[in-house]
Amino acid sequence: MNALQKISDFFMTPAMKIVLIVAAVLFPFVAGNEYQIYVMALAFVWAIAVYGMNIITGLCGQLNLAHGGFFAIGAYVLAILTVDHGWGFWWAFVAAGVAGAGFGFLAGIVSLRLKEHYFAIFTLCVGFIIYLLIDKWEELTHGALGIINIPAPNGFGLVDFTETTPFYYLALTFMVLSVWLAARITNSLLGRSFRAIRISDDLAASLGINLMRNKVLAFVLSTTYASVAGALYAGLVRFIGPAEADVVHTFDMITYLLVGGIGTLMGPLVGTMVITWLTQSLQFLEEYRMIVFGPLLVVLVIFFPRGVVGSFLGWRARRMAAAQDAGKSQENAKKKSPTSPVATNREAGNHA
Amino acid sequence: MLKINNLTKRFGGLAAVNNVSIEFEANKINAIIGPNGAGKSTFFNLVAGAMPPTEGTIEYQGMNITGMACDRIARLGIARTFQTTMLFEESTVLDNLIVGHRLRTQSRLWDVIINSRRLRDEEAKCRARAQEVLDFVGLSHIGHRITADISQEEKKRVAFALALATDPELVLLDEPAGGINPEETENLAGLIRKMVDHGVTVCLIEHKMDMIMSLADKIMVLDHGEKIAEGTPEEVRNNPVVIEAYLGSDEDAAA
Repeated sequence: MNALQKISDFFMTPAMKIVLIVAAVLFPFVAGNEYQIYVMALAFVWAIAVYGMNIITGLCGQLNLAHGGFFAIGAYVLAILTVDHGWGFWWAFVAAGVAGAGFGFLAGIVSLRLKEHYFAIFTLCVGFIIYLLIDKWEELTHGALGIINIPAPNGFGLVDFTETTPFYYLALTFMVLSVWLAARITNSLLGRSFRAIRISDDLAASLGINLMRNKVLAFVLSTTYASVAGALYAGLVRFIGPAEADVVHTFDMITYLLVGGIGTLMGPLVGTMVITWLTQSLQFLEEYRMIVFGPLLVVLVIFFPRGVVGSFLGWRARRMAAAQDAGKSQENAKKKSPTSPVATNREAGNHA
Repeated sequence: MLKINNLTKRFGGLAAVNNVSIEFEANKINAIIGPNGAGKSTFFNLVAGAMPPTEGTIEYQGMNITGMACDRIARLGIARTFQTTMLFEESTVLDNLIVGHRLRTQSRLWDVIINSRRLRDEEAKCRARAQEVLDFVGLSHIGHRITADISQEEKKRVAFALALATDPELVLLDEPAGGINPEETENLAGLIRKMVDHGVTVCLIEHKMDMIMSLADKIMVLDHGEKIAEGTPEEVRNNPVVIEAYLGSDEDAAA
């Protein structure tokens, strides 16, 4: 039981959650300037979308490349309803979530008939179609001009979400809710069904898991996450354009997921935070920062293919298994030692 | 228990399974043997519902299950293992088995969101079942290990356990003894017998003849998609058609 073990144990306790939330709540007070709070709020919004991606891609194993498109759908539904139709922010926000789920369902029942690479390529096309629709359908989306003057979330006279710090807390609240729901799903029988599909379609089907129903559910959950994140994004940035549907965002999110740890609960948050702040601190290098990023990613993928969180969990799981083995052989040793010390040694050797 | 009538599967012009009829009795060990490419795995896939047959019917306990989806067939009580064991390597052994009982539960997304009573009960039930099947296959001492760290034979046993967690009445084993040594094969045969003793009907594909001959109650021999023989191990062993399929005929040998 060294210090490392103690720290890693602490990471897994409920107290760790409280520490994280307290740290997030205190962040605006210790942040150097408003810009840092803004960056953090934006990172939370992206993290929500990455949590969605983690459900379909991390848990269920289906690489969805239309994710950025659904993020844009959320942003545009909110912007169009509030700016062009005068809806209140929160009604439009709910509508954005519903639209994400609805479009996700439609795209899901078609695209999920395909498997593996074919699914990935199909969704890449779906994402591009969403981009084209946003870019070309000027009557609805204002085309390349984008939509400006999107209202901030309605604070009902109590808070003013045009200010950065209140919005930071709003984004934090939604992010915590997202993680909470993701945790529920990951640890439940539903999450186990998704993971069985990730191992193999054939295996999952042979275990009586309805592939289509579970995949569509995972897909709809992920697009709902994406569109809710998109709607929050629109409320924070308050002007949007077709670039929000650019496939670059999808690949950014995949990067966050890979760095943090795909399929893990805290991976999306860790990945988003690490990359966001790394990007910020390398700002001075401008476009040359990719020279730092590229090799860093390569090293990560080679040596930590399961990401920061995945590698940590794997390391810890092995230690726990070894500790349990050691505990067992000690027990055996105690039982056997009075009668046969020779057997004890052999036993211990086997377990080690 | 399982009645196959004139089952045929064609891939383009090739008949992978051609007009096969056979009946498997409950509580017996039924083996399917044949040279590579004889259509054994295709036959399994048809029975398990992984693909629909071109012609013929499959009756399971008097019910016509021809063309039924894989997951529905699993719920009716047919489980299977695969040639390559597929498990979640990063999780513990016990963790891998919990999902096996999922098909006997009802919880949906809403139960997950509100963490309902039903969900908690069903999760406890799945966990208990996982522990039970782990004990059954004799691996309760390694339930806490990471799956990637256990031996090939142990993985085969975990795959058996996963199939058993679905509460099956018929288990299809595709080359259960592939890639493991003779001593382990012996142990695995013991486990297969134990399954049958506990009321499970077994149907297996295997290349290891020693194992098959001592284990099976009934053997079906496939060659080029067609059934060329069926019977007890003794009958099959002495059947000239089978000997020809495996070793080539005297004329071939002479030539």
